[in-house]
Amino acid sequence: MRALARRELLRFWRERTRVAGFVVAPLLFWFVTSSGFGDFNRFFSGSLALTLMFSAIFANMSLIEDRREGFLLGVLVTRAPRWSVVAGKILGASLLAWSQALMFLAFLPFTAFRPPWTAVVAVIPSLFAIAFAFTALGFLIAWKLNSVQGFHAIINLLLVPLWMTSGALFPIRTADAWLQWAMRLNPMTYAMALIERLLNPAADALLPSVPVSAAVTLVLGAVLFAGAVRLAREGE
Amino acid sequence: MEVSVEALSHSYHSRRGETRSALRDLNLLIDGPMLYGVLGPNGGGKSTLFRILATMLRPKSGRARVAGFDVVEQAHAVRRHLGVVFQTNSLDKQLTIEENLKLQGQLQGLSSRELPGRVDDVLRQLDLVERRADLVKELSGGLARRAELAKALLHRPSILLLDEPSTGLDPHARRRLWETVDQIRASRPMVVLLTTHLLDEADRCDRLLLLHEGARVREGTPPELKAAIGGEVVLLKSREPERLMSLLAANSPVMFGSAVRVEVAHAHRFAAELVERQPELVESVEFRRPSLEDVFFAATGAPIV
Repeated sequence: MRALARRELLRFWRERTRVAGFVVAPLLFWFVTSSGFGDFNRFFSGSLALTLMFSAIFANMSLIEDRREGFLLGVLVTRAPRWSVVAGKILGASLLAWSQALMFLAFLPFTAFRPPWTAVVAVIPSLFAIAFAFTALGFLIAWKLNSVQGFHAIINLLLVPLWMTSGALFPIRTADAWLQWAMRLNPMTYAMALIERLLNPAADALLPSVPVSAAVTLVLGAVLFAGAVRLAREGE
Repeated sequence: MEVSVEALSHSYHSRRGETRSALRDLNLLIDGPMLYGVLGPNGGGKSTLFRILATMLRPKSGRARVAGFDVVEQAHAVRRHLGVVFQTNSLDKQLTIEENLKLQGQLQGLSSRELPGRVDDVLRQLDLVERRADLVKELSGGLARRAELAKALLHRPSILLLDEPSTGLDPHARRRLWETVDQIRASRPMVVLLTTHLLDEADRCDRLLLLHEGARVREGTPPELKAAIGGEVVLLKSREPERLMSLLAANSPVMFGSAVRVEVAHAHRFAAELVERQPELVESVEFRRPSLEDVFFAATGAPIV
């Protein structure tokens, strides 16, 4: 498990363009959007969540590559148990997404948010829990696919609407009643709320509370991970 | 009992709902260290057999055991004793040979104490020491295949599966690969099971299974199989192959294009008599000792390639 996770980080480090995109892309998104609205606070949590969830899910493209290049097949005929193969892949990818989010978090002083230091400490593991859950989601989608294009198509269809209705783009407060319900059913809302509640003391009162959001995120991660292991054991 | 297969059958469902049978009631026994070949045309069931033995595919019926363990029920134990070299790459191209081997060792559960020694051993055995720090994506086909072998041997399996191992290699790299396989077998007795459609590779094997349309057509050592043909093969070229066919009906001839092939006990005498009787009918005559291709052809009526 550790071996596969370490490989994921090593491969990432070898690809310089990925490293560059990794640092610059989320900042660019935040900077442009915030400049557009003339508000550097409103999209901070949203950009952070976006960064985290997109890189968590897209990190699973390496799973498709592994399958296409034959590497995965080689792993599946070793004695490493399936759950550890799944855990290794998901942990490696989660660590990457998490470190990207932490780098983004370092820009917190440039916003008007001044959360207590305990909240900042609490947000660090929360980001990891979110990364884990969404990497597992990406894993579930990527396992059966063998084209990166197919993966992109599914992710765009699924992820963009989820993100748009997570409270990252507009607050729950101003949404129509039906949309508010959709937002409450959206697991990404809880991931988003967890970050926003911790970082922004003046967060939207309609957002789910920290304990609820944390619980939903953890349960989601556990369920998706179990699903991924089950899927990988199929036909064994 | 190293590898045993009993009444193994498998079929695939196509998209149109048709069922295509890939293995039919196959039996096979490899009871000690040897080079065992599975020879047959592409689509003959070799890959299906390989995938079942490698624990990657669940057979529809029948059983297969590797190193005494069932490939379905005890897949985990089978994998401990099995080294697998796929037809295609299975190394991480972004990593070096050594990094790939270390990763493989960890996946195979080798302890961090024994791993470096094992890596050095296989690198030395496969003559890859100087290439250990090379990225896999920069290796030639032959070297990459040798690195695949190193990866498969790292945990010292008692059974090595090779799926069409020389696919895509040039003649030099192919020769080199076989030297390596021979050397590995000389250093440690093990079962090496390979699938192939190449006659020269099949000829190297201690025993051979001829597979056609998923079923076993012959099994034995290459000399045994060839001896069963009974005599020699004569290939006659003619402008009128049909006439030649009817003339030789008693010898159960087979026609390919303008050539007619027969098996006879004494090829020289047969050809001389024929040419004397019908000088205008025969353009050229070719004799040969029966090859594995002839064995396959005699058994199935179909060519190997």
